[in-house]
Amino acid sequence: MALFGIALTMLALFVSFGFMVGVLFGFFGMGGSFLVTPALLVMGYPTRVAVGSGMAFVFGTAVIATLKHRDLGQVDYKLGGLMVVGTTAGIEVGSHLVYSLEELGLAGGVIGVTYVFLLGGIGVFVSYNALRSDGADDSGGGHHEAANRDIDPDDIPDIAKRIQSYNVPPMMTLSGGLEVSLWMILGVAFATGLLSGFLGVGGGFIRMPALFYLIGVPVPIAVGTDLFEIVISGGFGAYTYGLNGGVDLSIVVPLLAGSALGARIGSAATSVVNEDDIKIYFGLMLLGGSVAVAFQQSAGYLGMPVLDTIGFVLIMLSAFMVSGAVIYNTITTMRARSNASATAAD
Amino acid sequence: MIDLAAYSPAVQAGALVGTVLLEAVALYVGYGTVEQVAKPLVERITHT
Repeated sequence: MALFGIALTMLALFVSFGFMVGVLFGFFGMGGSFLVTPALLVMGYPTRVAVGSGMAFVFGTAVIATLKHRDLGQVDYKLGGLMVVGTTAGIEVGSHLVYSLEELGLAGGVIGVTYVFLLGGIGVFVSYNALRSDGADDSGGGHHEAANRDIDPDDIPDIAKRIQSYNVPPMMTLSGGLEVSLWMILGVAFATGLLSGFLGVGGGFIRMPALFYLIGVPVPIAVGTDLFEIVISGGFGAYTYGLNGGVDLSIVVPLLAGSALGARIGSAATSVVNEDDIKIYFGLMLLGGSVAVAFQQSAGYLGMPVLDTIGFVLIMLSAFMVSGAVIYNTITTMRARSNASATAAD
Repeated sequence: MIDLAAYSPAVQAGALVGTVLLEAVALYVGYGTVEQVAKPLVERITHT
């Protein structure tokens, strides 16, 4: 049996896969190009269609997740707009770096190694910091008023404090009363864009920690603002691929039906789950991704396609486990709160 | 049904992005409505 020209089993697979990606996307502000494009390539879609449809899907999911984060007061539009400007310039320079390396015949190797070490490095850094501070602030999630609430100076990482201390005018006031120099924001955005353009990835996994660790934006707002930026970049990417017939709506529509629900749950979970737990899951996701990409990179050098398959399975497994952990943690936290309020009422 | 093949690639790509945007907003509103209806029901079940 078929619906919209797709077999029902395939439709169910797309919806469930979309749901999983939606949870991760809403929760971390990353994971789209990381998961969808490789999955479509494995399913036998041409590269242009896999990348273009993945991009259109990421755009749609980012719209849904951003709307949810907006409801929770977790999107800083001013910061997002400035980040788009800096990131675009950085991507341009990053892509030129790739062309230069291509001329030297070094692009594949350098990009592959940088990608693996960057994923692993950010994963270890974020997990280590979260584990170190875990227990210091056990107040739980509850970041519903995140954008309006003044930020506790103790919650701001040291690097961000140093960046905020450079009073180079004009100074920008961000969510939570943060005062940061415009040039510092543009500098961070340029650096993340440079890496994003160099690696040829969406860059959510670089931008989200950069917003928190370098600018000092609280994690839920970092996720929401990162997603807002993805709406713009994803929309532009989908349009560009659409010009060359690279977007297949029979893939995008069912994926989006699943991710719409997942993104709502993932986005809402950021206001329930403890901030340090978010960072630990994020770190684990990146570490899993780092090992998987290392396998995929080795497959080409060693001429062993099986390593590529192992890498793909590892990415999917880590995504499945982390999205499951996010849902489990959200349910247990909500239950604990419900029990606590019931006990208090008694 | 509008035949988009008659239009330029720019219009077709724009319509594609517009369709995805429309689906995303419709799904957001749709799931939001379901959530509003289901939330009190779930709360009633968890409190009994």
